[in-house]
Amino acid sequence: MGYQWNWSIFGSTVPTGETTYLVWLLSGLQTTILLSLSAWLLALALGSLTGVLRTVPSKPLSTLASAYVELFRNIPLLVQLFIWYFVLPEILPFGLGDAFKQQLSPLTQQFLSAMLCLAFFTSARVAEQVRAGINALPRGQRAAGLALGFTLPQTYRHVLLPMAFRLIVPPLTSECLNIFKNSAVCSTIGLLELAAQGRQLVDYTAQPYESFIAITLLYLVINVVVMGLMRIVEARARVPGYLGSK
Amino acid sequence: MYEFDWSSIPGALPFLWEGMKVSLEITACAVLFGIAWGTLLAMARLAAIKPLTWLAAGYVNLFRAIPLVMVLLWFFLIVPQVLRGVFNLSATTDVRLASALVGFALFEAAYYSEIIRAGIQSVPKGQVAAAAALGMTYAQAMRLVVLPQAFRNMVPLLLTQAIVLFQDTSLVYVSALADFFGVAYKVGDRDGRLVELLLFAGAVYFLICFAASQAVRHYQKKLNAHGAH
Repeated sequence: MGYQWNWSIFGSTVPTGETTYLVWLLSGLQTTILLSLSAWLLALALGSLTGVLRTVPSKPLSTLASAYVELFRNIPLLVQLFIWYFVLPEILPFGLGDAFKQQLSPLTQQFLSAMLCLAFFTSARVAEQVRAGINALPRGQRAAGLALGFTLPQTYRHVLLPMAFRLIVPPLTSECLNIFKNSAVCSTIGLLELAAQGRQLVDYTAQPYESFIAITLLYLVINVVVMGLMRIVEARARVPGYLGSK
Repeated sequence: MYEFDWSSIPGALPFLWEGMKVSLEITACAVLFGIAWGTLLAMARLAAIKPLTWLAAGYVNLFRAIPLVMVLLWFFLIVPQVLRGVFNLSATTDVRLASALVGFALFEAAYYSEIIRAGIQSVPKGQVAAAAALGMTYAQAMRLVVLPQAFRNMVPLLLTQAIVLFQDTSLVYVSALADFFGVAYKVGDRDGRLVELLLFAGAVYFLICFAASQAVRHYQKKLNAHGAH
């Protein structure tokens, strides 16, 4: 179609002159990784708590946890992101919203909103996996823990959760991959992560194919690296005698 | 404290409904095409011909490794050029909807094919052997014996994926296409009532998706009870 390929574009300097397009790309990659990892840690913590609450023998607590999961699973990620970024700072009481808008730099505002959004969105999915893991254990385990004189929290901590977490490493792997992919949505609020840097490169260089190919390859690399790391975790966490173990 | 003012929503309802129709159109198209193409991909992955298996696996893994936003950006870049080249359209023809439809359909097919592959594999091997023993060809065995059983088991998963897909259609925002969310955002921006419109959009998505997922759950319970006897 007469397209002029020009791969040397990544080495040329940006309009402001202080750096190259390649550096833009790498800074986008860095933001994507920082954003996704911090959101993932928060999602694991929130999701574990919610997943546990869904299985405790207390009707109000498990209902509350179900409501949490349904809320974050049934609203599109993009809408949640816009609510975190555009709505919450307006309606937060006690001057919290104003503090957010006035005292934080725009960059920090974008990053915080994006991180919280990804974390809560993913935590609902992590909670479902944690609940499935706990429910997959034989019922006798909980009873045995309680019969040995453990309190309910102790039973969770020493008996149920250590097993449940080892069982759910494979589904958690795919959630971890998802959080990296979902982070691309955060380009819509102006956060300069990988996908946003790609679009910016297209605007500045008018070489869309090179930029998109580079971005796509970087996402593939992230995918392969996360999968490789999680495979190591999976191999170490595998429970002998359970499905998928050797 | 923020003063809510919901007054711009009633007047915008006709626009919002037009947007919702675009969202539903993309969802329906992507579900139908995704299941059809996904079935072919799943059969290719399970076929005995190695190159075919590799091609299908490559397609599925590639689409599953890339963010949907990136896939959409790719299709908004490529599809217009291809369409204009093939149909001799003028550069001003709006092909954003066509690009979105093609992008979603090809992307979702990768996810559907994984569900369908698992569904086909869940049919006992004896069924294929029995079909072969009855003199059926591979195509006949698939069409008359394996796929009908596989699809009946898969219906809840296929529907759940459709709900996810419906939520994902909001991402056409990246191309400024006026789907339900795009319209809600534009109206909010125009009237300076972004807070209300975004909350309204969130509530509408929640009601639709929550009701749909409860219906799927109910259906699955019925299916399980039916299959248990």
